[in-house]
Amino acid sequence: MFKVKIYITLKEGVADPQGATIKHALDSLGYSGVERVRTGKYLELNLNLKDEEKLRHQIEDMCKKILVNPVIENFEYKVEEMQ
Amino acid sequence: MKFGVIVFPGSNCDQDCYWVIREVLGKKVDFVWHKEKKATGYDCLILPGGFSYGDYLRPGAIARFSPIMQEVIRFAQKGGLVIGICNGFQILLEAGLLPGAMKKNRNLLFVCRYVYVKVENTETPFTRMCRKGQVLRIPVAHFDGNYYVDPESLRQLKANNQIVFRYCNKEGKITDEDNPNGSIEAIAGICNKERNILGMMPHPERCAEPILGSEDGRLIFESIVRFCESKK
Repeated sequence: MFKVKIYITLKEGVADPQGATIKHALDSLGYSGVERVRTGKYLELNLNLKDEEKLRHQIEDMCKKILVNPVIENFEYKVEEMQ
Repeated sequence: MKFGVIVFPGSNCDQDCYWVIREVLGKKVDFVWHKEKKATGYDCLILPGGFSYGDYLRPGAIARFSPIMQEVIRFAQKGGLVIGICNGFQILLEAGLLPGAMKKNRNLLFVCRYVYVKVENTETPFTRMCRKGQVLRIPVAHFDGNYYVDPESLRQLKANNQIVFRYCNKEGKITDEDNPNGSIEAIAGICNKERNILGMMPHPERCAEPILGSEDGRLIFESIVRFCESKK
């Protein structure tokens, strides 16, 4: 059993109005030094597979097919073995 | 001439499209449930507005895998007319039938109001009843209508004259204030290179009768009817 943590982020050059709004809120609250905020998505999947190689292959396939929109998003992921 | 209106779980403009085709235009129309694998006997398939699958993950991201979408792709590849309105446009983008992607509106608000759009291309089956540069008064209602496309694809859209509608002011001038969602180049609607697939964020089915405050949307439906009937 593996836990897979997928991080989906906006590509460089794609405007992020949510990030800009959050940055503005942090500025308004008086936090200094916030240069930039970018938002993204986090997905957590538990997979009952034995072969990590096969699992990685499947995760990449899932991301490219449905979980990520390659026009505007990038992704990376971490695989952790579960007890 | 027969229309098919695809119904996904969460579609909510399917009834309006059906009404316009049947009651306003007096043409034949069926609902087509998204689980169908076949849709035969249609001249035009409509992907209506709404919130298919609750907009989960991304608008249109799950609907594009509904069984009917394989048939929509086959139908389009054979030259059949496909129009995606609002969520239907988002589904066409996710399915890769049109280039680009939708992001959240730049003001992070759901925008639901009448806007003006300029008809940039009248050489399509969907706009042949419009005058070039004609300004249509037509409502939008969406959260994710901020059209984005990479610079190279944008260049191709322009080179192939695929930009069909752009947001504008009452006089037809393209200004930043009249762009309701932040779309690149104020794009409100695009077609494919072959001109048989159209995606648009504004809702023509919501403004096809005088009682609704505008009849401009009727031009889109009448263009489709005229195109299909002239082929027969």
